[in-house]
Amino acid sequence: MKISIDTACCKGCGICINICPKQVYARSKIRNRYGTAMPEPIKENECIGCKLCERLCPDGAINVEE
Amino acid sequence: MNRLKERYLRLDALPTLFCPGCGNGIVQYAAIAAIDKMGIRNDIACVSGIGCSSWIPCYLNLDVMHTTHGRALAFAQGLKLARPEKQVLVFTGDGDCLAIGGNHLLHACKRNIDLTVVMVNNHIYAMTGGQKSPATPKGVITKTSPGGNYEEPIDGAQLVICMGATYVARWTTAHPVQLQKSIEAGIKHKGFSFIEVISQCPTQSGVSIYGVKDPAYIMKFFKENSYIYKEGMDEPKNKIQCGVLKHDNDQPEYIDRMEARFK
Amino acid sequence: MEIHINGPRPQNGRKVILQGNEACAKGAIYAGCRFFAGYPITPSTEIIELMSSEIVNVGGTFIQMEDEIASACAAVGARWGGKRAMTATSGPGFTLMQETIGFAAVTETPVVIVNVQRGGPSTGQPTMSSQQDIYQVKYGSHGDYEIIALTPSSAQEMYDFTIRAFELSEKFRTPVILLADEAVGHLREKVVIYDGERKIRGGHRNYVVSPQEDFYMGNNSLVEGQLHDEEGKRIGHLAPKSSDFINSINRKITNHIDEIHDIETYLMEDADIAILAYGSVARPALNAVKTAKGIREEAEEKWKKLRFLKGLLKSKALHENPYSHLNVGLIKVNAVWPFPDNEIRRLAEKCKYVFVPEMNIGKYYKEVERCLHHSKVISLPKIGGEIHKPTEILDAIAKEVEESE
Repeated sequence: MKISIDTACCKGCGICINICPKQVYARSKIRNRYGTAMPEPIKENECIGCKLCERLCPDGAINVEE
Repeated sequence: MNRLKERYLRLDALPTLFCPGCGNGIVQYAAIAAIDKMGIRNDIACVSGIGCSSWIPCYLNLDVMHTTHGRALAFAQGLKLARPEKQVLVFTGDGDCLAIGGNHLLHACKRNIDLTVVMVNNHIYAMTGGQKSPATPKGVITKTSPGGNYEEPIDGAQLVICMGATYVARWTTAHPVQLQKSIEAGIKHKGFSFIEVISQCPTQSGVSIYGVKDPAYIMKFFKENSYIYKEGMDEPKNKIQCGVLKHDNDQPEYIDRMEARFK
Repeated sequence: MEIHINGPRPQNGRKVILQGNEACAKGAIYAGCRFFAGYPITPSTEIIELMSSEIVNVGGTFIQMEDEIASACAAVGARWGGKRAMTATSGPGFTLMQETIGFAAVTETPVVIVNVQRGGPSTGQPTMSSQQDIYQVKYGSHGDYEIIALTPSSAQEMYDFTIRAFELSEKFRTPVILLADEAVGHLREKVVIYDGERKIRGGHRNYVVSPQEDFYMGNNSLVEGQLHDEEGKRIGHLAPKSSDFINSINRKITNHIDEIHDIETYLMEDADIAILAYGSVARPALNAVKTAKGIREEAEEKWKKLRFLKGLLKSKALHENPYSHLNVGLIKVNAVWPFPDNEIRRLAEKCKYVFVPEMNIGKYYKEVERCLHHSKVISLPKIGGEIHKPTEILDAIAKEVEESE
């Protein structure tokens, strides 16, 4: 799975970090355009492609592709 | 950016004015996914009123009408009657739909006119800065109920069931797949469809209702404190009732009745 | 009273007796109105009653909504669905419609709203006539916007002006208000009506700020009640763009007053006293001018002759006309808003006096006074629900002229 997170869209709410059933995401030191910490897919290889993060990202920042 | 949202959003209008972690974006995704799956992009128009949730369709690259406070259903009924063969999706909030637009809601239900209404219920007037709404639970402290709300909240879904809506469902933002399926079913259903979405407002109602600001925590709370309704089940108390609460295909729809009368 | 309406009139007209309200409904159908949403209210109920049956016969849609707010909203919604739409009400309902009128103005939605005025304020005088809403029509909704309002004075004008209201609303993409009153609405008269449907051209792009297409055409229109740019995108947070937008939606009307204004005159060529009237008061005003000038109606002449033959001639015919010294003329304003400054100035510049009889506490005369610098503008208000008598107008004029000379 290939996960990409858009710096321009992410508002750093942290929903993806908490909702992912495989804990793929962690908060990183990268800042988005609002100045808040972005999530980072640290365990991308564990992603099962349920795309819950896509659905639950309020700002459409996450894209999961095979 | 997410591929699906990229195809459906007005990219020059972004970023959205929603706060970080707002449930509106989740409802927006569910609606887009439903429209995309049904392939009705050119046959659907969105109407909304005033409030945070009424901003959901304003970013959609569809025919959109962003109207006055509480009147979305009245505009939508005019639009539907002018083009009965097309679909109308209404986005509204608890204040917009149950307070100022309450009368329009009752009469739209009574007519059983073929509209699909998505009511995003965040239990508060969020856009104006956190005042109590008709759906604010009892005891909650808001800007206009400093000693705790002492009014009984309105249960939107039960209200429309009483008034004759024929498809009624309730989900939370923690049920995105079910929500999308309900929006699809609501659009397909011939008659008045009402889908209530219990949503988080981390900024205004997070602390006062759930004790925390973290949207992910509130969504976990939704997941843990809700049950999916099945007819005849033993319903747990103090939990959010979710699921398809009514689906009645036998009631004639308003425009069908009108056409039958004049033919 | 002869009336003039812009554009050619079709020749296949037929004469019928109709009430003003009924004529309005028939005019709407002829103008291609295919959606009517309404809520019953005296004295406009006949419009919604007739519409409920007539509009269905031509394939249109009728709905009785839960209140006037919803009626106006549904009409606007239907217009975006591509159907020409109308609603009708009276004072209290018109008050409720104000928010939608503002919305229609800012979103440039063509919609016709009929206000058959009754006495106010509040519930007021449901069955009596008035012209008290003359300012509410222009200033009723909040914010800066311009409105077009037409004031019919006969059943025929109810028919013709309804058609013109649709033409203007489509041309300028703006709400147009047909400001009738109870006296005209309930008046039964001979009306020439036409069969079929009048072709009304829409979409005059030059006048439109935000040229959104009707829905379901694949154009992704965004109809936005906030201030917006050409594409519908909100600009409310940008001061210069917002100022441009407000100017544009106002100027598309104020810059085209010469296309909108509709004034008829009677014996104004050498008059030095003008009576300026609109709506049903134009009728006694016309009669007053005729009385002062000794012009009798044809029917009146016949009646006089009959009386002469019967040897009953002792009466008024031999009496002197007490108003013959008054050199009066009539200015009948058919489109009250936008106020036709230039035209009224041109017509009344030579008049020493301009009298403005109206069925309210004296409102429109202020506009006339503002516009005329050399004439004395005198208000002749009448409230309580009764229309002016011609002699009342003439007596007031005679008294004023006598006092100042």
